[in-house]
Amino acid sequence: MANLSTRIHNLTLKNPVLTASGTFGYGEEFADFIDLAQLGGIIVKGTTGEKRQGNPYPRMAETPAGMLNAVGLQNIGVEAFCSEVYPRIKELDTNIMVNVSGSSIEEYCRVAEAIDSLERIPAIELNISCPNVKKGGMGFGTNPDMAAQVVNAVRRVYHKTLIVKLTPNVTSVVDIAKAVEQAGADSVSLINTLLGMAIDVERQRPCLSTITGGLSGPCVKPVAVRMVWQVAHAVQIPVIGLGGITTAADALEFLMAGAKAVEVGTANFIDPAVTVKIIDGLQDYCLRHHIDDINDIIGII
Amino acid sequence: MKQITDFTIIRRQQLGESYFSLTLRHPGLLPPIAAGQFVEVEVCNSREVLLRRPISIHDVDSQNQTLSLLIQTVGKGTRRLADLREGDTLNLVYPLGRGFAVAGANPLLVGGGAGIAPLLYLAKCYREKGIRPTILLGGRTEALIPVREEFEAIGATGCATEDGSLGEKGLVTQHSLFNLGYDHICTCGPTPMMKAVGRHALAKGIPCEVSLENMMACGIGACLCCVTDTDQGHKCVCKEGPVFDVARLTKWLSI
Repeated sequence: MANLSTRIHNLTLKNPVLTASGTFGYGEEFADFIDLAQLGGIIVKGTTGEKRQGNPYPRMAETPAGMLNAVGLQNIGVEAFCSEVYPRIKELDTNIMVNVSGSSIEEYCRVAEAIDSLERIPAIELNISCPNVKKGGMGFGTNPDMAAQVVNAVRRVYHKTLIVKLTPNVTSVVDIAKAVEQAGADSVSLINTLLGMAIDVERQRPCLSTITGGLSGPCVKPVAVRMVWQVAHAVQIPVIGLGGITTAADALEFLMAGAKAVEVGTANFIDPAVTVKIIDGLQDYCLRHHIDDINDIIGII
Repeated sequence: MKQITDFTIIRRQQLGESYFSLTLRHPGLLPPIAAGQFVEVEVCNSREVLLRRPISIHDVDSQNQTLSLLIQTVGKGTRRLADLREGDTLNLVYPLGRGFAVAGANPLLVGGGAGIAPLLYLAKCYREKGIRPTILLGGRTEALIPVREEFEAIGATGCATEDGSLGEKGLVTQHSLFNLGYDHICTCGPTPMMKAVGRHALAKGIPCEVSLENMMACGIGACLCCVTDTDQGHKCVCKEGPVFDVARLTKWLSI
């Protein structure tokens, strides 16, 4: 058996496969299908200061090799997460991380601070890249100064591993990555969804209630691999890659491009057991290629 | 417990131009399945289709350990499924969602078009309890009411077609069997039909369950794409439904 364990800052992952926020609920939804303890980590859904209802239906449209979503951060709020969900999932033998979202710097800090006090949550993923909310979200992630400001503020109140999730909807993702590294991020994850749009020509209306939404799935993978490769060569902090990963080969592309870990998102909707298949596939690959340690192929491109 | 399973299509039946049914079996035993629950079907070999398709469970035969799906060919996903043949494999994530309560002593089941699908197994579940439900099936025309003989064997069955080609002419809500003092109503079909049935039930104080059919991605409550606006806020149709007590859906009823 090859070593699949990798490190993100001072966090040890038993393997580099994490689940992407918003595609895996709180993990419990998948417990019938896989042993959650096999995962490198679970990033639970975007959590905000208050409970949010999200955007009106329809919030999803299937597109070629992908899907658009406009869920808009529907979630129960950080207080309910801490009191209701955390006690149910804290004993899981994997790294549980919370995707932290907000509309203001104050809200990001409030959520991060609340999560900081949860003993069994070793990291947060700061979501400065959600394309589906009117205020905040991607607004913070498209400007290097704004991105740095949020990260700076959260860094002051959050003491564990701070991952910052980046949007691809920018001219230079490298500039944003460098700005958040400078501001104290321990790691960056990319890419969040690409802003997209689809029209129902029979009804002559947009497919989504919000008109635009976030594109994910296999169709975004080449864009994501390119951005991960660019960022991995530009920053010193570990990069987590995501965008359209469906197979172990997809995950390996991201690892070779420089990602220390990967997140699996949309593929969970199609095969709820896909994460474990990807982990098994990484072992098979290492065996076939006589690789003792997965870290030996990280960033080889 | 939900599972991911490869089934073999042991029977494929074309039912008129737009409907077909698939009877499925796998080597193991079926888990307990409630009427109104659904499966997420994998659609293979399609350039256009990425996501699974939610299809309601039409029938369960516990003796032969088979389950069947009644599918209307409406879009790119169901068109691919229509090409499947006996002997082909179909991968399902199932059984999903919350089904019907199978409540009441004198229930009425109202189905329209493809919404007829889950009512057969529901009718059989009532019969298991020694209750004979009344069944009302509606469609624009005869060809859009795919199955009815099996219902007739279970309870009094009426049909309503808009063109009068089968049963009484008009809508299900205008049918002579519609308003006969039932103590529970279950409905699945086009949204305007379910709303009309729901409003009637609410006005008469009859408990009523509706089965919604929102677009879904995951089917297991993870993606939050398929929500409907309930009196307690947005709820996933795939997990908290597809069957809802209409009393929780006053906003949905009023739109």
